[in-house]
Amino acid sequence: MRLWPLALALVALAALPPFIGSYVVTLFTLIFFYAYLGQAWNILGGYAGQLSAGHAAFVGIGAYVTAVLSLRLGLTPWIGMFVGAAAAALLGAIIGYLGFRFGLRGFYFVLLTVAFAEVCRIIALNTEAVGGAVGLYITFTGNPAQFQFQNPRAYYYIALVLMTGATVAVWRLEQSRLGAYLVAIREDEQAAEALGIDTFRCKLLASVLSAFLTGIGGAFYAFYQFSLQPNTLFGIPLSVEIIMRPIVGGAGTPLGPVLGSFILSPLAELSRSYFAATGWSGGHLIVYGSLLIAVVLFLPQGAAPFVARLARSWRMTR
Amino acid sequence: MDLVLIAQGLLNGFLFGGVYSLMAVGLTLIFGVMRVVNFAHGDMMVWGMYLAFLLATRLGLDPYAGFPLCAAVLFALGFVVQRRLVNRIIDAPHEMQILLMLGIALVLENGALVVFGPDPRRVKSFLALSTVWLGPLFVDVARLVTFLLAGVLTGLLYLFLFRTDLGRSMRAAADNPYGAAVIGTDVRRVYAVAFGIGAACVGAAGALVAPFYPFQPSVGLGASVTSFNIVIIGGMGSLPGAFLGGLLVAVAESLGAVFLSPSLKELVSFSLLILILLFRPAGLFGGKVA
Repeated sequence: MRLWPLALALVALAALPPFIGSYVVTLFTLIFFYAYLGQAWNILGGYAGQLSAGHAAFVGIGAYVTAVLSLRLGLTPWIGMFVGAAAAALLGAIIGYLGFRFGLRGFYFVLLTVAFAEVCRIIALNTEAVGGAVGLYITFTGNPAQFQFQNPRAYYYIALVLMTGATVAVWRLEQSRLGAYLVAIREDEQAAEALGIDTFRCKLLASVLSAFLTGIGGAFYAFYQFSLQPNTLFGIPLSVEIIMRPIVGGAGTPLGPVLGSFILSPLAELSRSYFAATGWSGGHLIVYGSLLIAVVLFLPQGAAPFVARLARSWRMTR
Repeated sequence: MDLVLIAQGLLNGFLFGGVYSLMAVGLTLIFGVMRVVNFAHGDMMVWGMYLAFLLATRLGLDPYAGFPLCAAVLFALGFVVQRRLVNRIIDAPHEMQILLMLGIALVLENGALVVFGPDPRRVKSFLALSTVWLGPLFVDVARLVTFLLAGVLTGLLYLFLFRTDLGRSMRAAADNPYGAAVIGTDVRRVYAVAFGIGAACVGAAGALVAPFYPFQPSVGLGASVTSFNIVIIGGMGSLPGAFLGGLLVAVAESLGAVFLSPSLKELVSFSLLILILLFRPAGLFGGKVA
């Protein structure tokens, strides 16, 4: 893969904020943020091939732990987010341990992850100490030491760093021994086991790593939105959002989640505001669902291999 | 704790269980025959509910009379979804099937949202307000009739599968699609019929629950998840497992609402699910895990 077009794109994105309005800044922040979450999911779902449909649980845990530490103990989110991510990683370890120890595969693992996320949601809804159904609200102070910024462009840059960092991490993982093991497990678990790979340990590591990164994303989300609601943070719709970007872009590739997010996030945002303006709430999700169906039927490998093919043929014709 | 309250909870849960059973029977049939998990199951149920609502408001047809019509429309929907979409990826990996079904679920749920709006609805029925007293316990007649009809429909499905040629070829295709094709079964057609019947079951469940369960387009997701719970608990692909699992989960949730709090009743079924997944993933009545 040639790196200079990517480096160029990154420089362009870093230079962009002074020239764009606040709406476009928000749009890009969301693109980066969902690309980041998709990248975190990619480790477990894309590389290890363990389809988690409950990643919202890690977003929620990361968000709630960070916010509660900040609101009750005054711990700055800059440190709190790592505690939150550690808590998410712990949950990832528990789910991974139970699921993989008992050999749950395919649909059974999907349901285990959904069930854990739903249990988290119901517990958060019924725990008054974390706001219950009302949720938690963070008062805006604009103090950077508390992860709050007057200028929305700060969130743009943080989200850009998150996305880039996670992408580099996943790219490095792909080159590493663990990455090769995970791909082997995804392709044929029994063969991987026969070759002497400790599949249980590898899958567990993938789960913990994926959950940790997702937890950091949760902390960002809490302090970007200034409010936490159980149904939004732990809900199945968020889990589905997280899955869709890597799948549409190309799961198990380092650029897939990024590509998927650049395709889906603006589409979601623009069609949401378009359909909301026409009074057709829900219309954007019809578009979304149709796109998902089309991708499965026509681009089962996602958009990344398709784009790579285009780029190759373009290079060859020159 | 008040014994009457517990007994009433048990009874209500048991009667509501008929609906759960019918939902789960539809899901388990689709899975058992073609190994596809219908993530749009609950959203198909929502369309059953809204069809009953349309029949009641436009034609004045009581849901207890109109439910076969709802089931018929859902049969057609399921048939077409299988023929046009699922059929093309029947051999694809699990995650592709799951994503396709999620896409269909999104379209169905939000289609209902666009057409019918987000406000909760309820369908009027002549049975809705009548109750019968059994000593200190009351029986909601609508729930009782729904329960009985759900039982009858499951029984009919059982007879269909075991006493008719089409039903036998369906079981043959479920058992060994290749072998069934060799002896001249049109497996793809059998698949489409099975998907149609599964959708018809959940459509009928939607129409039958509409008189006493307020609904809106967003209830589909919860209904899908509940159906999955039941089918896993009962054993995937097992018809009796789905039926008994439906009753079990409904009773457990109902008791959870009595002992804990109504908002925690789902916690009971999810905890049950996690335990089953860990210690007996084949389910209570299932064979081996596929």
